[in-house]
Formats: sequence, C-alpha cells, structure tokens
Amino acid sequence: MSAAATTENKPAAPAIEKIKVKVDGREIEVPRLIADWSGKLTPTTMIQACELAKTEVPHYCWHPKLPVVGNCRMCLVEFGTPALGPDRKPVLNPDGTPKIAKSPRPAISCATPVSPGMEIYTKTPAVKQMREGVLESLLINHPLDCPICDQAGECKLQEYSVDYGQSASRFVEAKVHKPKAVDLGPRIMLDAERCILCTRCIRFTRDIAGDDALGIINRGSYNTIATFPGAPFDNNYTLNTVDVCPVGALTSKDFRFQMRAWFLKETKSVCTSCATGCNILIGSREEKIYRYTPRDNDAVNASWMCDAGRLNYKWIGRADRLQDVWVRGQKSSWPAAIRELADKLKQAPAGSVAIIASARQTNEELWLLAKLKARLGALSDAIPREGESDKLLVSADRNPNTNGARLTGICFTEMGINLVKIADGIASGKIKTLIVFGENIVKRAVAHDKLRERETISEVVDEHGITAELLGKLDALIVSDILPNETTRLAHFVLPGAAPAEKRGTFTSGKGRVQKFMKAVEAPGVARAEWEFLQELVHHVTGQNNGLTVESLFNQMAREVAAFNGLTWQALGDTGVTVQI
Amino acid sequence: MSFQATPQLEAEVNELISHYPVKRAASLMVLHAIQEQFGWISQEAVQWTAKKLDLQPINVFEILTFYPMLRQEPQGKYQIKVCRTLSCALGGAYELHHHFCAKLGLDAHKHGPQTTSDGKFTVEFVECLASCGTAPVMMVGEKFYEGVSHAKADEIMGGCK
Ligand code: SF4
Ligand code: SF4
Ligand code: FES
Ligand code: FES
Repeated sequence: MSAAATTENKPAAPAIEKIKVKVDGREIEVPRLIADWSGKLTPTTMIQACELAKTEVPHYCWHPKLPVVGNCRMCLVEFGTPALGPDRKPVLNPDGTPKIAKSPRPAISCATPVSPGMEIYTKTPAVKQMREGVLESLLINHPLDCPICDQAGECKLQEYSVDYGQSASRFVEAKVHKPKAVDLGPRIMLDAERCILCTRCIRFTRDIAGDDALGIINRGSYNTIATFPGAPFDNNYTLNTVDVCPVGALTSKDFRFQMRAWFLKETKSVCTSCATGCNILIGSREEKIYRYTPRDNDAVNASWMCDAGRLNYKWIGRADRLQDVWVRGQKSSWPAAIRELADKLKQAPAGSVAIIASARQTNEELWLLAKLKARLGALSDAIPREGESDKLLVSADRNPNTNGARLTGICFTEMGINLVKIADGIASGKIKTLIVFGENIVKRAVAHDKLRERETISEVVDEHGITAELLGKLDALIVSDILPNETTRLAHFVLPGAAPAEKRGTFTSGKGRVQKFMKAVEAPGVARAEWEFLQELVHHVTGQNNGLTVESLFNQMAREVAAFNGLTWQALGDTGVTVQI
Repeated sequence: MSFQATPQLEAEVNELISHYPVKRAASLMVLHAIQEQFGWISQEAVQWTAKKLDLQPINVFEILTFYPMLRQEPQGKYQIKVCRTLSCALGGAYELHHHFCAKLGLDAHKHGPQTTSDGKFTVEFVECLASCGTAPVMMVGEKFYEGVSHAKADEIMGGCK
C-alpha cells in the first residue's frame, strides 16, 4: 500500500492549481492533479472530473485505488476542447465564449486527462450507443447465471445491463464455455465464465498486496484468470479481490451461497483483530452475521482489509456464548448481581481490589473501569496480544484498543508489567478481589517459578503468574466475558458481555485514530454491552453519573481524558479522528 | 520430468537477456531457446525462466499459454502441420487432416496438437502456411509439402522412420 493513502497527518501538500471544465454543460473546478493509487500526483482524468461533478460514468476496469489500465472501454465519453486559431489563440463564438472543437472520436474517460476549458459529454446518444455496444460484447459469452450468482444485487454487469442492456440477445452462436468453480486458493473461488477480464484482481494482488500471483492465461475467447499451476492464490489479502471484482467471477468461499446480498443489513463498524482498526461493514440478517467487508477510510485502510480480520466473526454466533448472569454458581439477575457487587466494592479497603481489563474493550468501558480503579485504589493492567506485522495493514499488536487502555490509565505504555505485582498481591493476600474483563487470564498463566526463569531470558510479557491456583486464594473473582473459558469457570461472579458487533463504542487504533462502531446484532440471552452495566456499577460505587448513553459517556470521557480533549461522539463521524498518543 | 538447464542453455539465455533493456523483455526469446533444445516447455522450465528473469512463474505461464507454437507437452518425433485456412480448406484440408487422424488413431475434432501414444507423430491443424496457390499444403518438421493428396500423405508418413 502506498504510504500516502493511509498515513494521517501528512505534511500540508503544496496548493494544486485548479482548472475549469464542463461536465454535461455544467462548469466545475477540478484540481489539475489528483493522487493516484500509489499516492503520486497525476493529471486529473475525465472520469475523476465527472465524479467530482457527481456525474456517474459506468466503468469496470477503473478503480480509484488501482493502477489505470483502460481495457474495458465501458467509460467511453465524448468531449471537446477550446478551438485554437492559426495564431494559437482561442477561437471565440459570436457571443464571446470560447468555441469548442468537439473531438471526432470518443475517449476512455478513465485514462484521458482533462485540460482547461474541456467539455465532457456523458449523456449524448453516441455515448449511450457505445455503452450498449460494450455491454453487448461483454455479455456475448457471459453465462447469465444471476439466479445462482453470489454477486447478484451488487454486480456492475447487472446494474449496467439494466441501464444499457438489451432484453434479448442477438447472439445465436454457441457460447464459449470456460471453467466454473475453479479453486483459486483457500478462500477464493473463480467462475471464469463470469469474468470480464478487467484485471482488477491481478492489479490488486500485484500492486497492493505485493503478491504477483494472478494472470490471464490462454487467448482469445478462452482467456482465463489463473494462478501458476500448483501455486494457490493464498496471501492474507486475497478476499479483497472479491470486493474489487465488478462481477461474480471471484467469490468468497466463506460467503458463497450463504445469503443474498440484498437481504443483508450493513452496519458501520471497525475490525477488532488488530491495532490497525480497519473500517468495515458488517453484513447481517436476523441477528446473524454473514460477512465483513472493508469500508473506505483513506486515513486507515484505504479500501482494504486482511483476510484474517475479515473472517474473524464466527465466534460471535457460537452456541456456547455466555448468556446468563451467574453468582457463585447460581443463575442470577443483573439487578441482584450489580447490587451485591456494588456493596462489596464500596466496602473494599483501598488496595484490596485489582483490575485486569482487556484492550479489546472500548474506550468508554476502559474509562469506566479506570473510574473504579481510582475509587478503589486498585492496581490495574491489560493483557498484551502480539503477532507479526506485515507491510500492508496488519499490526503486530493484535489488540484493537491498546491505546485506549493506555490513555484511560488502565495500563502503562508497556502493557502487562503490572501483572507481576497483581500476582504478588494475590499471593501475599493483600489483593482479595480481582475484576477481570474480557481476558481468559488463566490461559497465559505460567507457574511462578517458571515465569521468573523466563523473565531472565526476557520472554514475552503476555505470560504472567496469575494461575488458577492463585485465583483460588481470592475472596471474589468477578469476571465479565463473552465466551466461557477456564477463568469464567473459576469466577464467583460471571457477567455476560457483548461482542463489539453487538454494541456501540469507540476504539483508539495503534496510530491514535479514535473510531466509533455501531451495533449490528443483538447479544444473546441477557448478555449486555459492558459499558451499560459498568456505568451502573460505577454509579453505585462512586456516586458519579457519567451518562446513560454511549454518546454521553464518550463526550464525558473526552472532557476528562486529556488526549481525547475536545472530541465529541458526533465529531468522530464515520471514519474517526486522529488524536495525539 | 524435472528440468535441468544445460550450461549451453544457461549461456544462451544469459546472452539473450543482455540484449534487452529489461529482463522481462527477453521472455519470449528464452522460451524459444528452451523449446529449441527440449522440444517443449515444462512447468519446471517456466519456473526456471521466471527465476532467470526475476518474474513470477505466472508471468511466464501467461506467455506460454498465449502462443500455440510454444508447446506445453512433449511432441512427437515427427510434427505434422496441416494448413486449414481458406484456400487449403477449399482444397480439401479438412479431409486431409481427417485422413492423418484416422490413420494415426487421433481425434480429428479435438482442439490443438495431438500426439500418438507411441510418441512418433504430432498432428496439428494450423492457420495459413503461405502457399495458398498449391493447396492443400502441409509441413513435417521444417519440410514443406504442396498439393498433398491422400496417397501422397501416406507416402510422407511412410517416409517417417
Ligand atoms: S476475476 Fe473479476 S476482477 Fe478479475 S479480471 Fe475477472 S472480472 Fe476482473
Ligand atoms: S489489518 Fe488488523 S484491523 Fe485490519 S482487517 Fe486485519 S486484523 Fe482487522
Ligand atoms: S473504465 Fe475506462 S476503460 Fe475500463
Ligand atoms: S491457406 Fe493454406 S497455405 Fe494459405
């Protein structure tokens, strides 16, 4: 990915000269240069001018985030430029306006730069005829299997056929048959008959993902997208080719035949699988999630997301989700549990409570936990989650909200260094109550003596000494989580929480982008968004009222936490705001 | 069937690459050189070529599959090309092609070159061989035959030992 496409706070670019052009008779000003897919400034093309004029020009191969190739011809338009006399001076009409010399030939708008005074005509009978011609030729060998095609409903071939297609084909010869259901790689299926050979997929994987794995083999009507035999199409970004494919040629094995695109409710959200915080749309229907797709945000993920993040949603619908409140092994209710917890925490001597939160909780939730921490004089920390980063999007920090945990004071810059102190506190009997949010702490626990051994060889910090045995010494283990695990099984209080897709909130990405996400589906059973019951608990324990909605919580937090200063829920918009971290 | 480039092929290919401003431009010539020496171009040869040219195998495979004259399978000892374009078609090329296929146990309706199971003959129906006045025409290897009757065809086949 180009650095320019994703880096926020770039130095102010030098002012770009504007030029005037006319689109279908309407004059607009467009910049002379626009950043291309790689972030390089290149001359503005006619299609970009039309976009700026809010005039749609049908296109297949052109994609604003990919190199221009101009192979589909769908974007043909007519145009004219100011006529010049023999003296190289503009020829004027009797009324003094410049005379326009209409080009005798059309041009592809995706690859033709605009010039001052240019007039672009997108609605002439000739343009309509050209679009019809291109479409007819694209459909010659097309199988027209929309009824069983996953792209139906979001297919450019379908859409433009409605506008420029014919109801009956003039083609009487036999259609060329090409391979169907080709296993291109572990996540991608190709239907070569549906492919219109726009090469978007090739360009994406070559120029954006940096894996030159796809090509066009054979020739003429037998042209087919393919990998080298025996070399499956398998990088961490392959599913983006399904998004850029304008037709139903490339489909996601995960989403294939699962749900009609038009039934899906789309909810703006953020990926939670790493600190990058790619913007996504959650496609759901009747409380079930069917897919994640990337949502454009040039400051974060451009138009892409990684395959791992995209497919990390199945756990949300797991049948064994925590969906009841449990108190000491008995099913309980929210009011009873919150009341008991509030009483308990209010009476807890300073320093006898510790909090281990998750950097997968939202800013608001971490901030509410920080309120408890302040009132109880508690030690607190979160659990780091490390992986490997790559050159495009994936961050080595696999927590979506590490910066949220830092900024709200739940952990230090180096997350996890307090865990040793918490372990020691429990061991010495000083810490009697442990509040755990969204982390199966036992999983990464290593017996005390072994841990010391590892520390000397500077092993990872995400291992700690808080073992099941140690948890047994606590008076109260209060755990909120989404799925059952060893820690929830040991807990005295189990508070069922909500997956990010089931609530609203904000995360602060690795680069300090504060981004909000919306609720796509309901949490199961009585499970609730953590911020909801946390604000109740905080209210009972501290007497403070921080607001009853996510909006008011966020706004209050932004007033109190220096780094968020001045922000409001509303100001975050759909794509977030970058703060100083 | 693993591919082993001979020192002389290496030398030839290095020389070829040096003729072009970018390595990729030598792709077609390198494939020709390989086919010249081995008679066909295996997947391993494609991988070797890609490495030589700092490309991905798919980049070379695209070229290999584009040109029918580049062979993806071992070819017969004798390569028979029967012209199928207009003059020859009118002059009986289809019958001639059919004749060869029938004699050699091949399927005349199958697309592309076909090789007999004993590896002796490869028969291919090709476009104009530029001798339209003496249709139907054919080639065996580099040798050209004009006005080929079925009897002459049998004679030609018989001459292939
Ligand atoms: S598979 Fe899709 S993206 Fe790729 S060339 Fe074909 S139509 Fe274009
Ligand atoms: S790069 Fe990170 S945030 Fe983006 S999709 Fe992948 S896991 Fe999610
Ligand atoms: S969009 Fe312009 S040629 Fe394809
Ligand atoms: S048509 Fe057969 S040689 Fe030209």
